[in-house]
Amino acid sequence: MDIRVDTVRKEFSHYPALNDVSLDIRSGELIALLGPSGSGKTTLLRLIAGLEMPTAGRIYFGDEDASSKTVQERNVGFVFQAYALFRNMTVLDNISFGLSVRPRATRPPKAEIRRRALELLDLVQLTGLEKRYPQQLSGGQRQRVALARALAIEPRVLLLDEPFGALDAQVRKELRKWLREIHDRTGHTTVFVTHDQEEALELADRLVVMSQGKIEQVGTPDEVYDKPNGPFVFSFIGESSSMPVTVENHEIWVGGRAIGLPAPHDAIGEAVLFFRPHDVELVEDGSGAALAGVVAASRRVGGTRRVELEVGGNPNRVEIDLPFDHPAGEKTRIAFRPKRWRVYPKG
Amino acid sequence: MFEPEVVYDSRRVIPPADHARPTTERPWVRRLLIAIAIAFMALVLVLPLVLVFTEAFRKGADAYFASFSDRQSQQAIYLTLLVAAIAVPLNLVFGVAAAWCVAKYEFWGKSFLTTLIDLPFSVSPVVSGMVYVLLFGAQSALHPLLKAYNIEIIFAVPGIVLATIFVTFPFIARELIPLMQDQGNTDEEAALSLGATGWQTFARVTLPNIKWGLLYGVLLCNARAMGEFGAVSVVSGHIRGKTTTMPLDIEILYNEYNFTAAFAVASLLALLALVTLVFKTILEFRFGDELAGTRRH
Ligand SMILES: Nc1ncnc2c1ncn2[C@@H]1O[C@H](COP(=O)(O)OP(=O)(O)O)[C@@H](O)[C@H]1O
Ligand SMILES: [Mg+2]
Repeated sequence: MDIRVDTVRKEFSHYPALNDVSLDIRSGELIALLGPSGSGKTTLLRLIAGLEMPTAGRIYFGDEDASSKTVQERNVGFVFQAYALFRNMTVLDNISFGLSVRPRATRPPKAEIRRRALELLDLVQLTGLEKRYPQQLSGGQRQRVALARALAIEPRVLLLDEPFGALDAQVRKELRKWLREIHDRTGHTTVFVTHDQEEALELADRLVVMSQGKIEQVGTPDEVYDKPNGPFVFSFIGESSSMPVTVENHEIWVGGRAIGLPAPHDAIGEAVLFFRPHDVELVEDGSGAALAGVVAASRRVGGTRRVELEVGGNPNRVEIDLPFDHPAGEKTRIAFRPKRWRVYPKG
Repeated sequence: MFEPEVVYDSRRVIPPADHARPTTERPWVRRLLIAIAIAFMALVLVLPLVLVFTEAFRKGADAYFASFSDRQSQQAIYLTLLVAAIAVPLNLVFGVAAAWCVAKYEFWGKSFLTTLIDLPFSVSPVVSGMVYVLLFGAQSALHPLLKAYNIEIIFAVPGIVLATIFVTFPFIARELIPLMQDQGNTDEEAALSLGATGWQTFARVTLPNIKWGLLYGVLLCNARAMGEFGAVSVVSGHIRGKTTTMPLDIEILYNEYNFTAAFAVASLLALLALVTLVFKTILEFRFGDELAGTRRH
């Protein structure tokens, strides 16, 4: 099921939580909504589900305008952040719920409902736990029950709000892999919300990076990581270093010196240079244009050494990674050049 | 090395060291305070209860049971049960509806509604009764209309029911509001997203989530409905055998110096109170976490 979000705006008491957001979700893809807390991810997900109604704009399921449909009519599988399992029902009853509340005409017989619920229980690898109550399950198991319950209604789209948010790191990793498997096996169009970039990069076919009620960038994990379209995305996804520069004559300048990096733009004046700390090459000092700085601090992180440099009297330090056995010490002068970089106009 | 001692175990009870106690009274001060509290409770709560039963049985069990063969007392018991049987179910519906509105929706005037729900608690029951007399009594503008259709409200059973509903309204709503607020909307949203209708969601998800709190509220509401004196006294007209409930009957018997009968009927209300107390305690003990967390009656 293709889903199209068309210039949707959502206001809570006159304050816009979503600001004219447009997004195309392709049938069968696993797409992540990624952004800091408060950026509007949950709101967008709830609008797609029909749990909130947009202040303006439309939402299409395939060719059909779903904007005015209720949540029941939209037939979506929604997995809530805190699972929202029905505490007075067993695992099996939780999973059967969606089928058992159907109107008589479309409701499968009792035995069939049970068979399908048990099948789903098997899919989420919880066979044998059907008689348990939610309180008797671990966080990871509850998450699986919530997913099975959402899948039971054969939803047109699966929506998950921070599905692994409340779990510890080990369980998160396992469930991540497992969600990918379930997605590949069932082929549902799946949208999940996360504030964890590693999770999004690892799991999703495409990422939607959001900030302050707007979509900043949409793309595959590689596109978003390698070609961030602005300072926000560059610094939000992965590690980054930045420093103020000037761009003139197709060159990047720091403190009146060209640093040997060509600029894609002719002259934009004041700008900000972004690069990844691990994506730099060291240059012999004095041999051509480069960025040179004095080591202000250094610490070892696993197999690399992260050093903070003061470049050209700039109070903001930049970080670069060196091999851990590099002899860089306090006050050592280091010259380097980013291998990949981007400059964005200041502002 | 794996050291089992340092494994964190939430079940392990760490005895608080004496010097770490937040309160610093000496033992004898503590014991004295507890003794005063117990003595006070015995004086104002237990002693009257014991007195009710001793007075009721002063002339023996035969006289006690004979009190209930009096037709007018029987009628008072019947009317009390009838009023409770109407008022409690209605307040159950109103209370759930009001709590639902307040807890699950945001709307203009919500805090005003919350205050209004508490009004019967803050206003003297006598005043509540007076309001109904003013509304439906002989001096009111509505009176000719009621008379034309031959509807009697004041000095009749409908007035007693109305006054009782008014006075006991807050019990269920106030028990449910914090509970429902605490539980939030997500269970309901989950049910709706799975295709359930509003009624299915209410019956299969909301109601089971609040059932113990609801029962608790009903219990208190019922105890008050059967015991209400002030408001009912104003609207009843004290017509013996017609418009007297048990509390009113007790007053009449007492004023007629018929102490055995008065305390016999009173002992029934006292029993009701004891039964209510027992159920209430059981509920609090068994399902304390499924009752409203912030406030206890
Ligand atoms: N029901 C609501 N009422 C008022 N404001 C809300 C409501 N839901 C969300 N918001 C506001 O909308 C913004 C986006 O929230 P949300 O979508 O939950 O962000 P995220 O899921 O990315 O953390 C926040 O500023 C939040 O305070
Ligand atoms: Mg959120």
